[in-house]
Amino acid sequence: MDFQLTEDQRALRSGVRELLAGRFGREALRALADAPEPPALDRELWRDLGVAGFFALRLPERDGGVGLGLPEAVLAFEEAGRALLPGPLVATHLAAGEVEGAATGDTVVTAVDSSGLVPWLDASDVVRGDAAGAVPIRSVDPLTPLHRAPAGAPDPLATLLTAAEQLGSAARSCETAVRYARERTQFGQPIGAFQAVKHLCAQMLVRTELARSAVYAAAVTADPAEIRAAALLADEAAVQGARDCLQVHGGMGFTWEADVHLYLKRAWLRAELGPSAGAVEEEWAAAL
Amino acid sequence: MDLAYTEEEEEFRARLRAWLADVLPHLPPRPDPSDWPGRRAYDLGWQRRLHDAGYAGLHWPVDAGGQGATPTQHLIYLEETERAGAPYVGANFVGLLHAGPTVAAEGSPEQRRRWLPPILRGDEVWCQGFSEPDAGSDLASLRTRAVRDGDHYVVSGSKIWTSHAEVADWCELLVRTTPVTDDMPKHRGISWLAMPMDAPGVTVRPLRTLAGSTEFAEMFLDEVRVPVGNRVGEENDGWRVTMVTLSFERGTAFVGEVVACRRTLTALAAEARKNGRWDDAVLRRRLGRLNVEFSALWRLTQWNVSEAQRTGGVPGTGGSVFKLRYSHARQELYDTAAEVLGPDSLDLGREWNLDRLSSLSYTIAAGTSQIQRNIVAERILGLPKGR
Repeated sequence: MDFQLTEDQRALRSGVRELLAGRFGREALRALADAPEPPALDRELWRDLGVAGFFALRLPERDGGVGLGLPEAVLAFEEAGRALLPGPLVATHLAAGEVEGAATGDTVVTAVDSSGLVPWLDASDVVRGDAAGAVPIRSVDPLTPLHRAPAGAPDPLATLLTAAEQLGSAARSCETAVRYARERTQFGQPIGAFQAVKHLCAQMLVRTELARSAVYAAAVTADPAEIRAAALLADEAAVQGARDCLQVHGGMGFTWEADVHLYLKRAWLRAELGPSAGAVEEEWAAAL
Repeated sequence: MDLAYTEEEEEFRARLRAWLADVLPHLPPRPDPSDWPGRRAYDLGWQRRLHDAGYAGLHWPVDAGGQGATPTQHLIYLEETERAGAPYVGANFVGLLHAGPTVAAEGSPEQRRRWLPPILRGDEVWCQGFSEPDAGSDLASLRTRAVRDGDHYVVSGSKIWTSHAEVADWCELLVRTTPVTDDMPKHRGISWLAMPMDAPGVTVRPLRTLAGSTEFAEMFLDEVRVPVGNRVGEENDGWRVTMVTLSFERGTAFVGEVVACRRTLTALAAEARKNGRWDDAVLRRRLGRLNVEFSALWRLTQWNVSEAQRTGGVPGTGGSVFKLRYSHARQELYDTAAEVLGPDSLDLGREWNLDRLSSLSYTIAAGTSQIQRNIVAERILGLPKGR
């Protein structure tokens, strides 16, 4: 047993992190958040992701892919979640090899989720599942346009990759809260020196690390039940993490200008995708 | 990332399983929990069997008489012994998991020869004299005094939360050899002593817990003479000597307990199906949630153990992350048990109800949850120290 990242996996993770920092940094994020709605999908970014192998990551090399597995895909999506990268990333990744142009980033693919939510419908070239009669809703997430349609088929792999994004988001929220708690001074000391603030941050890390081992293990076993359980924990870590991060930011956290709300809103959105927490709990109760 | 066990690890598991199947049916009956001499004999007897079969001191270094097993082998050992219903480490806990490893790491060759083999063979029991009535979370403020008198220390003070004190041969004792002054950090001036429990001046008084049992004792020390040769490490360096082992956490601390919790959860579901509470969707979901929780805690255990295996067992602050989540999950487990039992949860003759009482100590013992959060925030996240 060696349940730790390999050298190659570490290198992959930092490679994706660097790529995203360069291609979708804070300025790009703010430009999108502050633009008049609706947000446009950056086709050039999409093709850059294609060139970097983000979508073709799990395709065999003989088919022009990178030939890696689910654990590596999870690491890449964790980074996408950390950077709050917009777009139907999961659907396009899962369409690679099945939909022409998806692997290279030339075709943007979305899918009807089992919740009935359809992200980025208008901006996509291909929609998987039946989106006939889909109606647009006023999306809570300013960076993700949404439609509602009749529920699509459940897809454990989509659930796993979405959970990986939640994991990255949870980790990022924790880091952001810690950075702010070290900088912000009140009562003559950094607020991070107060135990009340410290303990919020500690709990953020605890939730993140439990979710991390669950998500990584699910990527290794690819067991659908384990994937759904990991998603439950990752949803909690991402949503509660963003909430706590907002709390640590105090009044600033309630502003549009701080990034915190963008993480919270996307975490809310991802948590609605795939099976509900109640369904997963029932499934795991029945297994007892 | 690999969750599969190697061929060597699977062989280790198979050998251990075969041995357990062979030896467990022939164990003597378990003593009554209030029969301390009986418990001592039972636990030492088990240790002797482990020793004779080559499993004693599994995780100890080979040059200390141990088996030098990897963290993963240790995890397998704890998992298999728990599954098979083997005896717990019991009275051997302090000897095998703290005092012994401390002597192995910091003791002189003579001290290692004197104290280590009897622990491994199951001949001697150790207890721990660290906490004091006024030194709990703030352990370094301990006040038990040791004054040098020729080739002895004269020790006076009191200790609390000492398990197995009634039946121990030795106590690993933290004492203050230099009084605290304003210009000195209080973790300086502490020394580590091996105190013979039969020395004149040692009084042990059982401490009754809220569970009604006497798992712990208070210890009163009145001018107890301890030979200077029983000091491990330099004088005034006892804090470091102790922490070397306390931080030597290989991620395996709660392996057996997580396995046991998962078994309890299965039994709870069976009971709920039998008594009709299963129809309550809220309770059912709570059980499902706990199943998710403990399965993730098992994965986190495998993660931490693998990390220790790679780093050679370097301090695991990851242990604090695990303990925080696990201790609360365990309390939640027994609160859920009470929900399954309903009015029967008030009957101490029923399974799980005493465990529910015991579980109340989990967020307190070995570092309260509040202290653990400080550790996580300051040592992992790098937040500033403060109040």
